Amino acid sequence: MRRNLPPLRSVRPPGRILPLLPALALLGWLFYGALGLSVLRSSGAVPGGDGQGQMLAAWRAVAGDPQVWRSALVSLWIAGASTLAAAVLALGIVLHLRRAPAGRGVLVALMRLNLTVPHLVGAAGMLMLWAQSGLAARLAHAMGLVGAPASFPALVWDPWAIGIILVYVWKEAPFIALVLLAQSAPADLDREDAARMLGASPLQVLRHVTLPALAPGLAAAAAIVFAFAFGAYEVPLMLGASDPVALPVLAWQRFTDPDLALRPQAMVLALMVAGLSAGAIGVHLGAVRRLREF
Amino acid sequence: MRAGRGVAVILAAWLVLPLVPVVLWSFARGWRFPDLLPGDWSLAAWSGVLAPSSDVPEALLTGVALGLAVTAAALVLGVPAGRALGRGRFRGKAAVEVAILAPLIVPPVAYVFGVQALLMPLGLVPTAAGVALAHLVPVLPYVILVMAAVFANQDARFEDQALSLGASRAQVWRHVTLPAIRPGLTAAALFAFLVSWGQYLLTLAVGGGRVTTPPLALYAYLASGRNDIAAAIAALSLLPGIAVILLARRALPRAPAVAP
Repeated sequence: MRRNLPPLRSVRPPGRILPLLPALALLGWLFYGALGLSVLRSSGAVPGGDGQGQMLAAWRAVAGDPQVWRSALVSLWIAGASTLAAAVLALGIVLHLRRAPAGRGVLVALMRLNLTVPHLVGAAGMLMLWAQSGLAARLAHAMGLVGAPASFPALVWDPWAIGIILVYVWKEAPFIALVLLAQSAPADLDREDAARMLGASPLQVLRHVTLPALAPGLAAAAAIVFAFAFGAYEVPLMLGASDPVALPVLAWQRFTDPDLALRPQAMVLALMVAGLSAGAIGVHLGAVRRLREF
Repeated sequence: MRAGRGVAVILAAWLVLPLVPVVLWSFARGWRFPDLLPGDWSLAAWSGVLAPSSDVPEALLTGVALGLAVTAAALVLGVPAGRALGRGRFRGKAAVEVAILAPLIVPPVAYVFGVQALLMPLGLVPTAAGVALAHLVPVLPYVILVMAAVFANQDARFEDQALSLGASRAQVWRHVTLPAIRPGLTAAALFAFLVSWGQYLLTLAVGGGRVTTPPLALYAYLASGRNDIAAAIAALSLLPGIAVILLARRALPRAPAVAP
């Protein structure tokens, strides 16, 4: 398209940032401003209605609270397991779909549809499917595998957060797969064919040609999934065990506690999520940079 | 070939599996363990959900109105911003990109308490207007980044030529820019609506229980053990997404999937 036009100097001066300012102002107010306010209130520098006064009291209280650390571990487990499982599954889906097998169109449409399903709807579906009186348990009963609901394994409200992880894998594996499919170019397949013709085994092709090409996109998408699964509230609210709760649920509990002195602690927990997300953004940006260089 | 088809069938089944009990429950009247299928099929949940006396129609209307308002505001703010970001070359552009990307990746729980504290003194908690402002935090970056990608791939010199041939700015926008960006614009708008449609925590915190949207109603009915009503709400919650997939088949591949 560019080549068909005569070289023409742009009429307007380059580099106008004025149109960006309203949007940046809104985000500066309600995102960065909100984070900044949380920092101030959590540190005790600005009274948050608690009259605690003491600098960093909330940070000290959180650091010495075993309940917080158990919740943080639960959330790390949920995010780590979900991301790993979703990434592996997405890789499998992509390796299967790349060469346009039968049914690719339907599967891509279903994955796109899955992307539009609100997380809470996915969680409700998993609850109706995997609860001890859910559809899977009924199926197991019909097959004579279980008698009473209690003899079906606890997959929701369970200590291992299986139900939560199932929701995230169901929602995020298609997300990662769609990102990877959008990125994989025909040239990738050519490179693999070339390697094969030069005598590489299927395993060698996968290890030295296919995976390195997919790795940056996979890392970029997985970083987003990790931050999301660590910080999402409504899925662990619906499917999580009551003790220990996931970190976002604990944060909301402290925020809405009748004891207002706990509010600065809620801010600290929120900032823990923000800090981990900042790390995920770093990983994401690094992966995107490698993707552009590739 | 046959093995490939088997994989495709298993994948498709896995993708729709959690939606199966949702649909079944919405037509069930008392579905006790261990019945594999509801003993009594019924439209009670659907007529209950859609009855004017129920609170669900209002939640649906609120969710749609919020989604439309948030989408409109995000387009007004986000299209010019995306154009400046996608076309412009200025110092600090990379930093601005990261600053816009961050609210998309950082989960709402990290900033929701601060948002509530900022909106409260303005009398926006609990109001729908406050909820709409809060929804803009995850929605606006999405629109900006999609539009930035759209504008970056579009040749600005077509507009320059139209301008130099005497077209007004409004004519250039209507006859040159808009047709070129329309698929991306459509995708950005549809997904902006869906991001707002699915929000839970921001609505809960800023709406303070006064602003009820379908996700909030869904949780309330599920927590009170009304699986049938909850299932009907869940099924209705799927409709905008299905409509988007059907309406925007051509526009969709242009939308970078930046939000999970």
